[in-house]
Amino acid sequence: MVDRQAVLRRTVTLLVVCAVVAPAMGQERPYRAVTQERLLAPEPENWLMYRRTYDGWGYSPLDRIDTSNVASLAPVWTFSTSINEGHQAPPIVNDGALFITTPGSRVLALDARTGELLWRFVPELPEDLQQMHPTNRGVALWGDRVYVATVDARLFALDARTGRVAWETAVENYARGYYMTLAPLAVEGKVMVGVSGGEWGIRGFVAAYDADSGDELWKTYTIPGPGEPGHDSWSGDTWRTGGVPVWVTGTYDPELRLSYWGTGNGGPWMGDARPGDNLYATSVLALDVDTGELKAHHQYHWNDSWDWDEVDPPLLIDVERGGSTRKALVHPGRNAYLWVLERSADSIDFLDATRFVYQDVFTSIDPDTGRPEYDPAKTPGTGERAVFCPSWSGAKNWPPAAWNPDTRLLYIPANENTCSYLEGVEAEYRPGRTFMGMEGGFVSREGADHYGELQAWNLDTREKVWTVEFERKLWGPVLTTGGGLVFVGGTSDRYFRAFDAATGELLWRQRTNSGVTGVPTAFEVDGVQYIAVQSGWGVDAQRGTNHLDGAIGTRTYVPQGGVLWVFALPD
Amino acid sequence: MEDRRTVLKSALALGLGVRGLNVLQAQVDDPRKARPQEGDRFVFAFGPRQGETVRVDDVPLASEQLICYAMDPSSGAVRDGSRLNQVLLLRFEPDSLTPETREASADGVVAYSGICTHTGCDIEDWSDEAEFLVCSCHDSEFDPRDGAEVISGPAPRRLPSLPLRSEDGVLVAAGGFSATIRFEKEF
Repeated sequence: MVDRQAVLRRTVTLLVVCAVVAPAMGQERPYRAVTQERLLAPEPENWLMYRRTYDGWGYSPLDRIDTSNVASLAPVWTFSTSINEGHQAPPIVNDGALFITTPGSRVLALDARTGELLWRFVPELPEDLQQMHPTNRGVALWGDRVYVATVDARLFALDARTGRVAWETAVENYARGYYMTLAPLAVEGKVMVGVSGGEWGIRGFVAAYDADSGDELWKTYTIPGPGEPGHDSWSGDTWRTGGVPVWVTGTYDPELRLSYWGTGNGGPWMGDARPGDNLYATSVLALDVDTGELKAHHQYHWNDSWDWDEVDPPLLIDVERGGSTRKALVHPGRNAYLWVLERSADSIDFLDATRFVYQDVFTSIDPDTGRPEYDPAKTPGTGERAVFCPSWSGAKNWPPAAWNPDTRLLYIPANENTCSYLEGVEAEYRPGRTFMGMEGGFVSREGADHYGELQAWNLDTREKVWTVEFERKLWGPVLTTGGGLVFVGGTSDRYFRAFDAATGELLWRQRTNSGVTGVPTAFEVDGVQYIAVQSGWGVDAQRGTNHLDGAIGTRTYVPQGGVLWVFALPD
Repeated sequence: MEDRRTVLKSALALGLGVRGLNVLQAQVDDPRKARPQEGDRFVFAFGPRQGETVRVDDVPLASEQLICYAMDPSSGAVRDGSRLNQVLLLRFEPDSLTPETREASADGVVAYSGICTHTGCDIEDWSDEAEFLVCSCHDSEFDPRDGAEVISGPAPRRLPSLPLRSEDGVLVAAGGFSATIRFEKEF
């Protein structure tokens, strides 16, 4: 009987190992190492990081697919991930090796030309894990490894050729509400991540790890501790459980050696539960990539009570102001303002802010500092209900905007005409449980005839050049290309669309299996240009659709299940 | 040893990994991690009465859920060794319960797993208006008068229920959960 048990144990172990890495076993394939030089100046055919370049543009210079021929774009292969929920990761491509992630923090490596599965990585997740945001936003590449941050707050380094685990490290304790959804940021042998969990009473941070060894190099909290500048912007012990998560991959200025990160709101949701400005919530942080030192910050709005996480890092764009070129940080905010800031080695300075959808909370913005003032009637509090616009989902949520240097336009996936009501309730912190302290819902603005908007902005003149309206909300990350195109999905009707980047004219669309919330990318293999995107509805897109259904009395069904779609022109 | 063999076989049948095996074994070895069992009492999970035994009268009528853990009365072990052991207690007029739900209730008190069948979040919210249990992660709603049936939201299944009886006003488990505590961990 002992032998039988031993056999059983060995069998179980073997089964598990096979499930995780069996597709990786076998021949090793050639793979070109990803160097700092390549990340700084990626070849046109490759998409090596979350937004392709450190400046966060989401722009590919490829131009074989353009406004004249995109109408004939067609699927060339697809790959089902066998998983439900929100598929948000970009297909990241290095010389024909394509990597995507899925909910459950799985990684799939595929031949970008044929769709052949190269290997699959399936982390074993804890039995008692809670997943408020069952999604993952992609991998980082460095050297000959692939890095993925997991929903149970671990960071894995995988061999890019085989998927075998080179190292793993626990970034934080999932049982206390920490998790990760972002693609790591790789710079000069460091892999940086930030933590989610703002609804669970965490204390947010960004941390850097040695890409070779997995050793932690530095860790910078998004809430200053005792004795640190800004600590007095929190009352009592609220800083310990004040949230301020980091949801999305930072951008990076190699000249300044500074990485820029957007931060979420404070917790619990009501500002009167944590009196003070609550630095560095709803802010952009400039962190030295060598030391993690906080060099500068700008808080978009203070003491948030609307759940307006400012999760996106700013795009790094040169803009014209008064006849001079300014090195700007550009952030289309969840708070409905398009923020333009100026970056330097030790400061972030306010230039201007322009409202891009209806907002009824800010009564003014200081022209020198950018600090807004609020309408008290539009500010919810504990036992005080307020109705405000835009909704707590914001004017623009996590799906990234894109900048095209050819058209010099910024493309913003926005939502108009959505509002919320919120009222704070007493919240008691209990480790590992939600710590939100609110009740609320969604309402539609009176007279609303649409909700989603794809907007194109001239940043030099601060003017909106064109708008495409969608009947329902827009949850689509944006890709723009040298072919004069803008690609976006994100609607509950399951379409993935291409527009003329100059005019907003719809040139092509493809209905997919589910709703497209993946980050689209463009790449080229053997002289053929491809466009790729994951379709797989879930998480906040699904929740936002349900909320809007409740507000306007509709019922929307969007099927789930992830599929990677890859498109090309006919031979 | 018999228990261990059962665990191993169960793990194989369920296709669980090493971590799953360890979890199952821990449930056998550690009464704190074991799921509620027939004869268990219930204690308050949080608050000023944490650890005190729950009586029928402690459960508010037609109001939000009371979050509890089961307790082995012979050893006094509270089964709080796993988040997945949370039990929600609610009380209603017995006539307002569906026949099947009333069958498993005691003096109008019903008991359900506190773990959402969607992505495993704690069921912490309550709709005063509809008198439904609400998941605070993704807003799934469950009707406690009808076996915690899914009313709306992404949850694929009702919450597992726990049959009850009362002994001199003390709530007692009349069996284990109606279904395995599981959710769409990997979707």
